[in-house]
Amino acid sequence: MSCEAEKTDPLLLGGVALESRLFIGTGKYGADSLIPSVAEASGAQVITVAMRRVEKGQQGITAHIPKTMRLLPNTSGARTAGEAVRLARLARAAGCGDWIKIEVIADSRYLLPDGYQTAKAVEMLVREGFTALPYINPDLYVARDCEQAGAAAIMPLGAPIGTNRGLRTREMIAILIEETDLPIVVDAGIGRPSQACEAMEMGAAACLVNTAIASADDPVRMAAAFGRAVQAGRNAWLAGAGAVKASGDGAEASSPLTGFLR
Amino acid sequence: MNVTINGKTEALPENANLAAILTMYDCQPKTVVMEHNGNIVPMEAFAKTVLCDGDHIEMVHFVGGG
Repeated sequence: MSCEAEKTDPLLLGGVALESRLFIGTGKYGADSLIPSVAEASGAQVITVAMRRVEKGQQGITAHIPKTMRLLPNTSGARTAGEAVRLARLARAAGCGDWIKIEVIADSRYLLPDGYQTAKAVEMLVREGFTALPYINPDLYVARDCEQAGAAAIMPLGAPIGTNRGLRTREMIAILIEETDLPIVVDAGIGRPSQACEAMEMGAAACLVNTAIASADDPVRMAAAFGRAVQAGRNAWLAGAGAVKASGDGAEASSPLTGFLR
Repeated sequence: MNVTINGKTEALPENANLAAILTMYDCQPKTVVMEHNGNIVPMEAFAKTVLCDGDHIEMVHFVGGG
């Protein structure tokens, strides 16, 4: 579906107008050769990658990424702001632009991001001209620190990375949407298209989905489902949902209550 | 001479350069970023960056991630 309203509703990020509000990842695919079909089916324009040491004879992921997509390298593996800065510089030297998903994680069990180190990394990288997208716990103070440091968007987690557990942090994400002026890109934990749709209905600017697509039996079909769910949720948000009647407050007929046949 | 490449000590011939390491690892220069003693080296400078005993090289590339 592509109605006029969608065409005039781009997400502005780092000076770029994105038509698709679904970002996808490149991790955990059974075969990396699936990535081009997944990307096409999803409609996504932004795709994440990680940076790691080269092993002898091992090829990177770049060859599998459609040339038209915007790369969003992450700083996964960084445990401090300094390590994130080093990874970001290396990613930029690879010649794929200056967008960076800042991920600073020292906790190896739940992979929860370190807000203080993340905000510090945003400050340092924005000074170096990066378009910084910090991955954070949905904490208002960390989000504000990142905003003040010049982040282009805030990427709060819905649930721990790779869990497919959905919007466990719903209330906190809703507060970030209400209280910050930056686009909120829900990242991590989204496991089903309905959850991505719900995030968008709440007013999120975009969703980043990796594991839920990569771990599906049919990743290409799941990518298409996520693309449409994100679009549906965005349209619902723009449309403005009707009021919810309180429980115990009776029903309100949709059909006229007059002119019955008797 | 010995240099450390991605944390491992490797014996290299004298006057080896960064481009030689790429060949050793069977890598395309376009897809790899190299750090020589902590400084990022632009791709154009791989061949003229001559190594010394004890140098540290990091060689990284993009892999799948979220």
